[in-house]
Amino acid sequence: MEQQLPRSNNSTTRNLVDHVATGLAVLSTILVVTPLVAIFAYLLFKGASSLNLAFFTQVPKPVGEVGGGMANAILGSGIILAIASLMGVPVGIAAGIYLAEFGRNTRFANVVRFTADVLNGVPSIVMGIAVYSLIVLPQKHFSAFSGGVALGIMMIPTITRTTEEMLVMVPNSVREAALGLGLPNWRSVLSITLRTASPGVITGCMLAFARVAGETAPLLFTAFGNSFWSTNLNQPIAALPLQIYIYAISPYDDWHRLAWAGALVLILLIVVSVALVRYVASRGTLKGAA
Amino acid sequence: MGVGITVKDLDAWYGTHQTLFKISLDIPANQATALIGPSGCGKSTFVRCLNRMHETNASGRVDGTVRIGAMDIYKDAAPVEIRRRVGMVFQRPNPFPTMSIYENVASGLKLNGFRNRRVLDEIVERSLKHAALWEEVKDDLRRKSGASLSGGQQQRLCIARALAVDPEVLLMDEPASALDPVSTAKIEDLIFELKSQYTIVIVTHNMQQAARVAERTGFFLSGKLVEFDVTHKIFTNPGDKRTEDYITGRFG
Ligand SMILES: Nc1ncnc2c1ncn2[C@@H]1O[C@H](COP(=O)(O)OP(=O)(O)OP(=O)(O)O)[C@@H](O)[C@H]1O
Ligand SMILES: [Mg+2]
Repeated sequence: MEQQLPRSNNSTTRNLVDHVATGLAVLSTILVVTPLVAIFAYLLFKGASSLNLAFFTQVPKPVGEVGGGMANAILGSGIILAIASLMGVPVGIAAGIYLAEFGRNTRFANVVRFTADVLNGVPSIVMGIAVYSLIVLPQKHFSAFSGGVALGIMMIPTITRTTEEMLVMVPNSVREAALGLGLPNWRSVLSITLRTASPGVITGCMLAFARVAGETAPLLFTAFGNSFWSTNLNQPIAALPLQIYIYAISPYDDWHRLAWAGALVLILLIVVSVALVRYVASRGTLKGAA
Repeated sequence: MGVGITVKDLDAWYGTHQTLFKISLDIPANQATALIGPSGCGKSTFVRCLNRMHETNASGRVDGTVRIGAMDIYKDAAPVEIRRRVGMVFQRPNPFPTMSIYENVASGLKLNGFRNRRVLDEIVERSLKHAALWEEVKDDLRRKSGASLSGGQQQRLCIARALAVDPEVLLMDEPASALDPVSTAKIEDLIFELKSQYTIVIVTHNMQQAARVAERTGFFLSGKLVEFDVTHKIFTNPGDKRTEDYITGRFG
């Protein structure tokens, strides 16, 4: 006798199950995307009307005067984020390389991993207080620099852990190929392994960047905010999230509108910079590259 | 010119598991030497000891002496220097996935600091022609990634990459196991051609291939070198019963 595989005797049942599963998947996707679209739409609705040239060219007006903009806050956020990235990206990537390629299962590597995970969970306001006592207090003044440091430290754990994960995923045969050509280990790590993992590493950096770009709490104790133009790294500096916060808790309708516009600009700036980095990074990609 | 290889009392381990036992043999310069034997007998481990790749495995350990020309590779030189002189084609194709075909072939030179574009172009073309891949990829050299090629093409790319750094010895671990008969024939032609400049050690499961390309053949069994002699003798009049059983397929 021939053995027969058990069969679903009813193909309509199977089709039904198939449809239900697909339906559930679509539903979950909608559930995930809806808040995002809703937030964006609401921001557009509330903020777009207050966006004008003045918003991008003027500094805030004193209380009571209508108009003004957030030019200084946009610039300030750019400066703070540049400092944060200059610090967080190299340190984060270097630590990730250490964990994946050199430390691996050593005790020290495990300590670094644990520290990174704890650091990732530290509330951002605590990070602000820490940098306040480490940099602001000794210097006796708030500064753009200390704000950048606070955000930079917050970027490190995310970048470190994603860099490590991406490097570990690079197959060993790729490392062997590099060593087999007579390349020194450091060369192989930087030019071959890291390069092979670079799409994932870049994603990690962008995630960290986008996350800290909207942080307000750590800046309250460090960058502090500023109603005037300033590009001095040793002076308090304005930042979009700070300005939004100040405007949002104020009692004035005009400031509320500006806060909405600021939130919209903040989101747009994050989206644009992430898209820009992705575009630049993908220009070098080849047909069929893994 | 190629150089000869002298191996004396070579032992190798993975952790506590010994995979090679007192291997001694002389591989002559400018010839092809084939290594045959059943799966898991230690052929790959052996060739990996000839360019110090075995020790890149965290648990890998080696004892004994290996001389490449006059150099005792475990005493006189750094692994990096040896691997430049002793090129390797691995059992599984391993092109650099994010690099173009051109960059893959040029990588060994470029990453060691060689910058002359015109000479690099020449070397890339010559190496790809040698590896019988040029015609298939010459229009996509810089546009296509190494990972986008077929398995057989990837292996020939890896051969080209190894040739580009101009080693004295070329270790080939089953270079043709993923290739169709036409490409295999091309690789065998290549081995014939390369013999005038390089010393070649080739691991193969294909005995006809060993018989066709190699002057000498070694038979490995369970980590030991059972017999090492001129290829003709191994295949027509082996000195050891186990060799005879293996090549006549009565093994096992
Ligand atoms: N990375 C490794 N870690 C631990 N043991 C290993 C490792 N690689 C190989 N071995 C062991 O070493 C022995 C020899 O393996 P090797 O790869 O040298 O065999 P081989 O002759 O090349 O086989 P094949 O023809 O299948 O490629 C085997 O018993 C194998 O289990
Ligand atoms: Mg093998």
